[in-house]
Amino acid sequence: MAKKLKEVDLVLVGLGWTGGILAKELSAAGLKVVALERGGMRTTENDYQVPQVRDELRYVIRHDLMQNTAKDTLTIRNNVSQEALPMRRLGSFLPGEVVGGSGVHWSGHTWRWTDQEFKVRTMYEERYGKKYIPADMTIQDWGITYAELEPYYERFEYTAAVSGKAGNLQGQIQAGGNPFEAPRAREYALPPLTPILASEMFTAAAKNNGYHPFPRPSANASRAYTNPDGSRFGACQYCGYCQRFGCEANAKGSPHMTVIPIAMRNPNFELRAHSWVTKVLKDSTGKRVTGVLYTNTLNGEEFEQPASMVALTAYAINNVHLMLLSGIGQPYDPVSQQGVIGKNYCYQTGASATLFFEGHHFNPFMNAGGSNATMDDFNHSNWEFDRAKFGYVGGFNVGGGFNTALPIGYRPVPRGTPAWGKAWKAATAKWYQTAMNVSASGSVMSNRYNYFDLDPTYRNAFGQPLMRMTFDYKENEHKMGTHAAQVINDLAKSMNPTSVNTATARTEPWTVVPYQSTHNTGGTIMGTNPKSSALNKYLQSWDCHNLFVVGANVFPHNASYNPTGPVGALAYWTADAIKNTYVKNPGPMVSA
Amino acid sequence: MKNDGFDRRAFLKSAVAGSAVAATANIPPPAQAQPTAAQSASTGGYAFLNAEEAAFIEALVDHMVPADALTPKGTDIGLNVFIDRALAGGWGKGDRLYMQGPWKQGVPSQGYQLPMTPADLYRSGIAAANVVCVKSYGKSFDKLSEAQREEFLLNLQAGKVTFDNGPPARVFFTTVYQSVMEGMFSDPMYGGNRNKAGWKLIGFPGVIAVHHQNVEKFRDKQFPADPVGIADMS
Repeated sequence: MAKKLKEVDLVLVGLGWTGGILAKELSAAGLKVVALERGGMRTTENDYQVPQVRDELRYVIRHDLMQNTAKDTLTIRNNVSQEALPMRRLGSFLPGEVVGGSGVHWSGHTWRWTDQEFKVRTMYEERYGKKYIPADMTIQDWGITYAELEPYYERFEYTAAVSGKAGNLQGQIQAGGNPFEAPRAREYALPPLTPILASEMFTAAAKNNGYHPFPRPSANASRAYTNPDGSRFGACQYCGYCQRFGCEANAKGSPHMTVIPIAMRNPNFELRAHSWVTKVLKDSTGKRVTGVLYTNTLNGEEFEQPASMVALTAYAINNVHLMLLSGIGQPYDPVSQQGVIGKNYCYQTGASATLFFEGHHFNPFMNAGGSNATMDDFNHSNWEFDRAKFGYVGGFNVGGGFNTALPIGYRPVPRGTPAWGKAWKAATAKWYQTAMNVSASGSVMSNRYNYFDLDPTYRNAFGQPLMRMTFDYKENEHKMGTHAAQVINDLAKSMNPTSVNTATARTEPWTVVPYQSTHNTGGTIMGTNPKSSALNKYLQSWDCHNLFVVGANVFPHNASYNPTGPVGALAYWTADAIKNTYVKNPGPMVSA
Repeated sequence: MKNDGFDRRAFLKSAVAGSAVAATANIPPPAQAQPTAAQSASTGGYAFLNAEEAAFIEALVDHMVPADALTPKGTDIGLNVFIDRALAGGWGKGDRLYMQGPWKQGVPSQGYQLPMTPADLYRSGIAAANVVCVKSYGKSFDKLSEAQREEFLLNLQAGKVTFDNGPPARVFFTTVYQSVMEGMFSDPMYGGNRNKAGWKLIGFPGVIAVHHQNVEKFRDKQFPADPVGIADMS
């Protein structure tokens, strides 16, 4: 029998960026907030120090900061006719599992997603007609606008020390930035990072080809910085160990050194690490949640934590899993297309070429998480680009540079090089420092057959069903990937490298290995009505008005951009809605 | 490591004979023949590998990373030690591996689906590889000529070798290959990359902390890397 604890105002399930933002904002507003985090406490001072943190084997290969799949994982299949099997170890994506979550080990790439995403169906239908969108493509408008979110993007960017160059300040196009971005009220918090050779060569080539390259905005502080909350950042050291690592310099915007410690100084807030939530509890009407059930994983003791509000703020996938385990909302069925929980799971695709240049020194070990130049010419932001010629929905960004090119994982050699022996060694020695990548990250549009539900067979360490992921790339993504590969290869050729491993589109089934991207979206999507979405525009459950679900799980489709910009902005947006509207008059903030 | 009067070779000989060479009876026990790399390299002993496995791994890492002007050979930079420790430690024993059934083979896109830990995969895979080598060449892998080793490994890599009633040969190969690369390029404190030989090969500086100035200073210039490991800074 679970021990029942004293009721609090808000319980947070998971403590990374979204939980940290809600914890700080709402404890400051006077609410009693408890955060339950599966993982353990980690701090920069204790855990992310040099030299220990510079360990590729521990952090990249053995997944030290990541979810432990021995305890909880997903089952995976490409289509409904396959039998799903467990993802027995991590590969394609890497959810974090410590205080700070994936916000500790991210690279910091921060984008503003715009109305071309939020109004995606309307815009395509207006421009290309209803028939242009494939019948099984379940894209829909998000129910929110860029103008509503703009101040919250800024808040997140200034909190996380995003370094970049504005391309559009209040409608005025700015030299050096992304000319396709939506207008922003202010410049970035910090100027761009120092470019590296690979990003400079990419920039020159992109300009020569008539494109519009710019330094990739990233939460890597280009110089020492104190954010508006008083959190202090060191300057980025271009150490080359960014993605998958905590930052010893506190130069990477992360929740464990910004919002979380501020919340922890507030007596209204309490963190309970090693606390595994198994269920969100509902009252007898099913219209309200009453708290959560969780287990202290240090001793097995089970607790009920009553709360007037619950916010799911874990990794996107785990938020969806907990909704399904708790029986909140109607599970999605791909055959009847009824139900919403599990709907519109999306991922990302991409293509990449390696360019070899005799005589150049790229120093691939000397970079920030965001040491890239990139271009948005074929992305949704550039609505001038006519996709009809290529027949797809969506877009991609193309970039050149390095991010965490460590030697167990990154040792480029020209195709056809032997995999071992003297010739392999000679080629590895020759090309490690004399190669660079040009790569694309591409969107994935939602499809009726890409979704989550509970697995009928496999269980986690708590005896609960694993979540089942059914996902594959569809023809739309194959067409886009083919175009992206062509753009990359043309660019690469124009750079006149000694040799090149050309890019190809991903047209094989999606596979759980190797690593591809921790940009999993959808499953409890936001929208304009409860028939087609799980949450309203304030990320409030249509079914239980005192339940909020925050993370990339709310995205109705996936753009090519990194998701953390809108994830952070939406967390601030939701915190404001709770603080300014909901607590004064608890109930649905949008009428169904 | 000195033997201090203890005749390791004689001990191994009697130990192997006494165990009746359990796994693969048709293979001449490696330790009974001429001295293997295990006996010439100072490994400090093995925590996981048995005699047959040690001979296989030593031969494999020396074949994949032969001595030349660029690096010493695999056993001389500790790749066998790295693999042995990895297998004896958490990774080898299935740390972070979901090990609940039911077990199905699945399709390649579903990833690793074997009902065993990496250590068990090595154990069964080495035994099965030696069975194939004996069938094809009349000798276990460690006794093959360089050309025969090369041919066998290329066939294994290409999926042309199958293990009857054993683990999938390709999964075994990719696991072993990944281990060799991990041993060559991970921090030396894990037993491989001895004297930072792997890092020196490519000019990787290791755990160097500060490039804030270097990023501009060494743009398109060679960085004078004298690699530093975790132990050097601890």
